[in-house]
Amino acid sequence: MSLLEIEKLTLSIGKTRILKDVDLAVEQGEVVGLIGESGSGKSMTALTVMRLLPQMMQATGRVAFDGIDILAAPEAAMNRLRGDDIGMVFQEPMTALNPVKTIGEQVAEGIRWHTGASRADAEEQARRILDRVGLPAEKFPLSRFPHELSGGQRQRVVIAIACALKPKLLIADEPTTALDVVLQAQILDLLRDLVEERKMGLLLISHDLAVVADMADRITVMRHGEVMETGKAAKILTEQAHPYTRQLALASTHVPDRRPPRADAAPLLEVASVTKDYPGRHASLLRRPAPFRAVDDVSFSVREGQSVALVGRSGCGKSTLARMILALDRPTGGAIRLDGVETSALPEAALKPARRKMQVVFQDPYGSFDPRHKVERLVAEPLHLLEKQPTAAERREMVAAALNEVGLAPRDMEKYPHEFSGGQRQRISIARAIITRPKLVVADEPVSALDVSIRAQILDLFADLNGRLGVAYLFITHDLTVARAVTDEVMVMHEGRIVERGGTGAVLDDPQSDAARALVAAAPDLSRALARRLGQQG
Amino acid sequence: MSAETQPLEAPPRGLLRLAFANRSFLTGFVITALIAAMALLSFLWTPYDITHLVVADRMKPISWQHPFGTDHFGRDILSMIMIGARNSIAVAIVAVGIGMGIGVPLGCWAAARGGWIDEALMRFNDVVFAFPALLSAVMITAIFGPGAVNAIIAIGIFNVPVFARVARAGALSLWPREYVLAARASGKGQALITIEHILPNIASMLLVQGTIQFALGILAEAGLSYLGLGAQPPMPSWGRMLFDAQTRMMVAPWQAIFPGLAIVITVLGLNLLGDGLRDVLDPRLRRER
Repeated sequence: MSLLEIEKLTLSIGKTRILKDVDLAVEQGEVVGLIGESGSGKSMTALTVMRLLPQMMQATGRVAFDGIDILAAPEAAMNRLRGDDIGMVFQEPMTALNPVKTIGEQVAEGIRWHTGASRADAEEQARRILDRVGLPAEKFPLSRFPHELSGGQRQRVVIAIACALKPKLLIADEPTTALDVVLQAQILDLLRDLVEERKMGLLLISHDLAVVADMADRITVMRHGEVMETGKAAKILTEQAHPYTRQLALASTHVPDRRPPRADAAPLLEVASVTKDYPGRHASLLRRPAPFRAVDDVSFSVREGQSVALVGRSGCGKSTLARMILALDRPTGGAIRLDGVETSALPEAALKPARRKMQVVFQDPYGSFDPRHKVERLVAEPLHLLEKQPTAAERREMVAAALNEVGLAPRDMEKYPHEFSGGQRQRISIARAIITRPKLVVADEPVSALDVSIRAQILDLFADLNGRLGVAYLFITHDLTVARAVTDEVMVMHEGRIVERGGTGAVLDDPQSDAARALVAAAPDLSRALARRLGQQG
Repeated sequence: MSAETQPLEAPPRGLLRLAFANRSFLTGFVITALIAAMALLSFLWTPYDITHLVVADRMKPISWQHPFGTDHFGRDILSMIMIGARNSIAVAIVAVGIGMGIGVPLGCWAAARGGWIDEALMRFNDVVFAFPALLSAVMITAIFGPGAVNAIIAIGIFNVPVFARVARAGALSLWPREYVLAARASGKGQALITIEHILPNIASMLLVQGTIQFALGILAEAGLSYLGLGAQPPMPSWGRMLFDAQTRMMVAPWQAIFPGLAIVITVLGLNLLGDGLRDVLDPRLRRER
């Protein structure tokens, strides 16, 4: 008998079916990857196992965990199971922890509740498990609060909470999506070790084939609430028998067709030994705190029509650099020139002509629009920069043209942003960025919030606009597949400095600096993971 | 991302229907509307003329002629409450108006500029907050003389820091949003961004705070006129009616009960309205329902 058996699970709200006849099994000590794009029902499946579904949902079928019928179990029995025999790790480490409780309290809480251990015993156990997940008490005392930890460290705390009572089954719902690649690799390693050490079953939910390729023994692919394919991981990934699996695999390694840039193009953006200091935290009232240097003596240039990636781990200063290039922030030292004009020295009022030449695309397709404005107004926003303000009719025409350019219909301008999907919103964001025909678009993680197939389409769009309009890009990303897909050159940033620069292929295939090597080694890569697995088997 | 993806932000349409499906909003709205209607009606018609004293009818208990009884001058209490509502509402509206009109721009300015301007404005706010509002209002009216206008100004001044804080807190959370960054990248200045992006997005917060301050304004006005610092006789006001009634509580309880009830019901209605508005306008709360 399997540890977890899901048979013919169907989930519905009223007449809408969320899940249809889902079958899934997890054995003891086995890692099962559950793959699917957003809206495919993978998180709902996990919540059903925890019986944490919203109330209006009706579940039918059979879910058995360790011989217990989950769907029929009373709430009190579920409370005993949750956090004890079944642990869960959530996607967002920022919100999965209670900000007003120390990490020690949060880990010990479950231990005390389930085992009735005394405070001291529970804290001792909490110390041990935190030590196990890589947060030794000497460096990370139990009295730390979540905000004093980084994202990766917080995710370790969440894992410690989930694993504190040696659960038989661990459910990890996109545990690494919010982290950069290096942290992702570390967290996945930790999960793998814990599974081996404790013979847990692990249900690893992800939208990214490459993430689970390395980890899973078996893979189940879901789409629209149905299981598309299920089987041994190596078999599924090598044969890619199901068309949807193949589509996912292709999308995650998608490289758009691009023309190589002209080598003789004029320089467009020049960054000359730029530094940025932020005031440090006050350690004492009297002493001036040492400033924190976010960007340290960075120099580079981008030619017209060139596409450059700025890669680095989160917190390396790449977004700060981007804000200074966009003149949203002033450098502490150094100069930034766009088309020969030193933007870093101009007052806000004199920046208009420069702003016309550069625009921005942000990461979060949900946060980049004022929810109260219609698309027409949102896309038209940069028109404010034009010398001569267009009439209402001209304005609509320009918005329609920009929407056309990014593959949306002109009638979409009557809608509000919430009426669009994530991928469509990112198209709107790009439309807004190109409406003034800028020469440079700075894109800050433009595709990292998107599903792989949508990501492929957006990358195609970026490549296409680069070819047709000759826009130069500065792509800021921690995802090397993005850099590989649409850029000519890569700059690797580490702790505020640019440590390596070169052709995209050269840097990614043969990294020279330690920082670049770490990034490349940690990046999930489908073909490499497969090669490694096949090697293990053969 | 499929078509079934839930919209994250609520559509502005259908808001009215949604509002009236909310029980506390509906109750609050009905009560507030009734009080307002009563105040408006008093301009056209009241059961009796309250400037006309009928000594023979003094301190009549509840009856068909005088549903709420009469006071010690023989004036009809229902009529006085109707006219008093006018006074209470006018004072509260203007006081909230002063608070919003000064507080919101101050708060938005502080949030937009940051740095020492923010610091100075907010510390000044703290200083104003440090004065007990009603006591200071007593002080202001004591200096400038009692009367409805001075009461309005006194109450209004103490609404300023409340709105400044709410506006600043809301605006601060919006400034780092990506759509505001995008607007800055489009060359829009702080004033324009505040008008186009910040204000519409904090309007719901301000509206909710407005109804709460409105209720507090009514209470403050009643308090001031109870002390004789608000509207002066013969203009009736609820607080003053309570004061007049207190020595005769045992013989003519209706004289105190009805103005008291009027205050309680109005404040309750406004608070319900505010709670309901908050539930309706905050998409985060609504999604959880």
